[in-house]
Amino acid sequence: MTASLLIFGYGNPSRGDDALGPLLLERLQELDLPHVEILTDFQLQVEHALDLQGRERVLFIDASVSCSKPYAFSRLYAQKDTSYTSHVMSPMALLYSYVQLYGDPPPTYLLQVRGECFALGESLSASATINLEASFNLLQKICSKTDLSVWEQFVIAQ
Amino acid sequence: MSSELETAANPENLKRVVIEPVTRVEGHGKVTLLLDDNNHVHQARFHIVEFRGFEKFVQGRPFWEVPVMVQRLCGICPVSHNLAACKAMDMIIGAKITPVADKLRRLMHMGQILQSHALHFFHFSSPDLLFGFDSDIGKRNITGIVESYPDIARQGVALRKFGQEVIHLTTGKRVHGTGAIPGGVNKNLSLEERDYLLKEIDQVISLSQSAVELIKTIYSARTDFHNKFGSYRSSFMSLVRENGAMDLYHGGLRAKDEFNQTIFDHIDYNQYWDYIHEEVKSWSYMKCPFIPSKGRKEGWYRVGPLARVNNCDFIPTLLAEKERKTFREFCGGSATQATLAYHWARMIEMLHAAEVIKELLDDADLQSDDLVSSGERNLRGVGVIEAPRGTLIHHYRINEDEQIVRANLIVATTHNNQAMNEAVRRVALQYLDGQQISEGLLNHIEVAIRAFDPCLSCATHAIGKMPLEVELIDANGSQIQRLIKDSDGRYRI
Repeated sequence: MTASLLIFGYGNPSRGDDALGPLLLERLQELDLPHVEILTDFQLQVEHALDLQGRERVLFIDASVSCSKPYAFSRLYAQKDTSYTSHVMSPMALLYSYVQLYGDPPPTYLLQVRGECFALGESLSASATINLEASFNLLQKICSKTDLSVWEQFVIAQ
Repeated sequence: MSSELETAANPENLKRVVIEPVTRVEGHGKVTLLLDDNNHVHQARFHIVEFRGFEKFVQGRPFWEVPVMVQRLCGICPVSHNLAACKAMDMIIGAKITPVADKLRRLMHMGQILQSHALHFFHFSSPDLLFGFDSDIGKRNITGIVESYPDIARQGVALRKFGQEVIHLTTGKRVHGTGAIPGGVNKNLSLEERDYLLKEIDQVISLSQSAVELIKTIYSARTDFHNKFGSYRSSFMSLVRENGAMDLYHGGLRAKDEFNQTIFDHIDYNQYWDYIHEEVKSWSYMKCPFIPSKGRKEGWYRVGPLARVNNCDFIPTLLAEKERKTFREFCGGSATQATLAYHWARMIEMLHAAEVIKELLDDADLQSDDLVSSGERNLRGVGVIEAPRGTLIHHYRINEDEQIVRANLIVATTHNNQAMNEAVRRVALQYLDGQQISEGLLNHIEVAIRAFDPCLSCATHAIGKMPLEVELIDANGSQIQRLIKDSDGRYRI
């Protein structure tokens, strides 16, 4: 049976702070939440639209260099991506494809966690480690609440 | 052949056009053209600009680490590298793998073929084939297909996703799993996993049949154009079974020449170096393999779906064999040389992979625990499979301490190096010679390269800002035209 909440963390675990998404999922896995399914991949592609089907809600987690705060929680909406690469999609572009192919997507959110160093073979930087801890606290709170209005309050609080 | 365009006689007097990077392929490469004042082509080269050092940095590592390490060569076909390395390591540990392990490896391999072929056709090539080679650049991508052909996009998404699920369940992960190990596999397929895949497989076969129909319709709508586009005669090489059947996992090497005459057949790949030599060219990091009995100049060949469908005597699954016969009849009852026929052959193979998956899922052996075997240790191992893009050779030598001392990898794109260059030259002569440069015309060259589905390097490289810049410089070194594509896809002069 499809879990109501999909949490999808993406990034390359071998590239320093790009591992933030997958590492947060590892922490979350330990909580063994019954209504949550956890998925991870190196990057988003159009096939991941199928992972969104049948969900009540979706949360993407990604490392970000442009995030000004240690972490940011926001609501996502479908948006066409003009980037020409076929290798990777933004979560907004994935939602856009979802709308084109399957109709209205489930309410979707993004947790961005600030990273600094994405070099190949590097481990998590000191600041990213702190950001990971801080964002995990928020993640636990989010996951414990199923009410959509509560999630929206978390967005506003950001 | 147009090989005379490999090196211009007086390059210093010619203007240089560069296509960099080549898009909608795996990895990074570029094309350079040298034109005279009247835009006549004097030199055309397809360069692989990345350096792949795996042969060097596996040296000194324990042999059993290698099947995991070499997966990092590629984010699209890691299973292929894992399997080829494991087949080589089977030899090193003297293992004759169990029938159960053989079937599980074949299952993961067919998942790999399915997802890779779906990725290539629907993501990379269908925009060219459906919108046109010189259509609006803004639409020529998977998002354009999603908007304009949602049914086809849904088909592609479902097929690739299923292939990824097969890989996930047989190797533990969608990308870079570790199902195959030296001597066998490390997990079987549970009944629950089998039933999950069985639920979808009939639909996947049906979608694969539709994909064959789609390329057939596209191809036959402009048969003459598709037959002639970037076409030339060459030899083909692939693995086949003892009975001549297509087999993407194991077999002997078969090569046929440009007139479909056998060069060699059922060759034990453990002696591949007697039948394939490699030549180094100063302008590319990639070697140029050739068949020595035909010589350096004429001995190059093609591998991949077209080579396999052309070379095999039959495909051992019902629906794909029917399509192979149709394809063959369409091509006049013989092997076809058409570059764009790669797409059709690729979809026939995708259908074959789906059929094999169904056959394997019905086999109770997949739930057995007879997974690993071993034997007497050897110091050398060679593993060869037919990866999605073509014949993949892994060759290792170890020392008494079980460390790798030598490695040689010949990947499909390396086999096709000279063939891709030939296709580039053909298209340059057919469409660019004497013409005013345009993005649409340059895309014709990329279309020819894409037909081979080249994997220029690992798809898990960092996605950086990859601007495309094309410059047209006259014989005096002055820039007469310049086109820049930014990383957001926008064009500017």
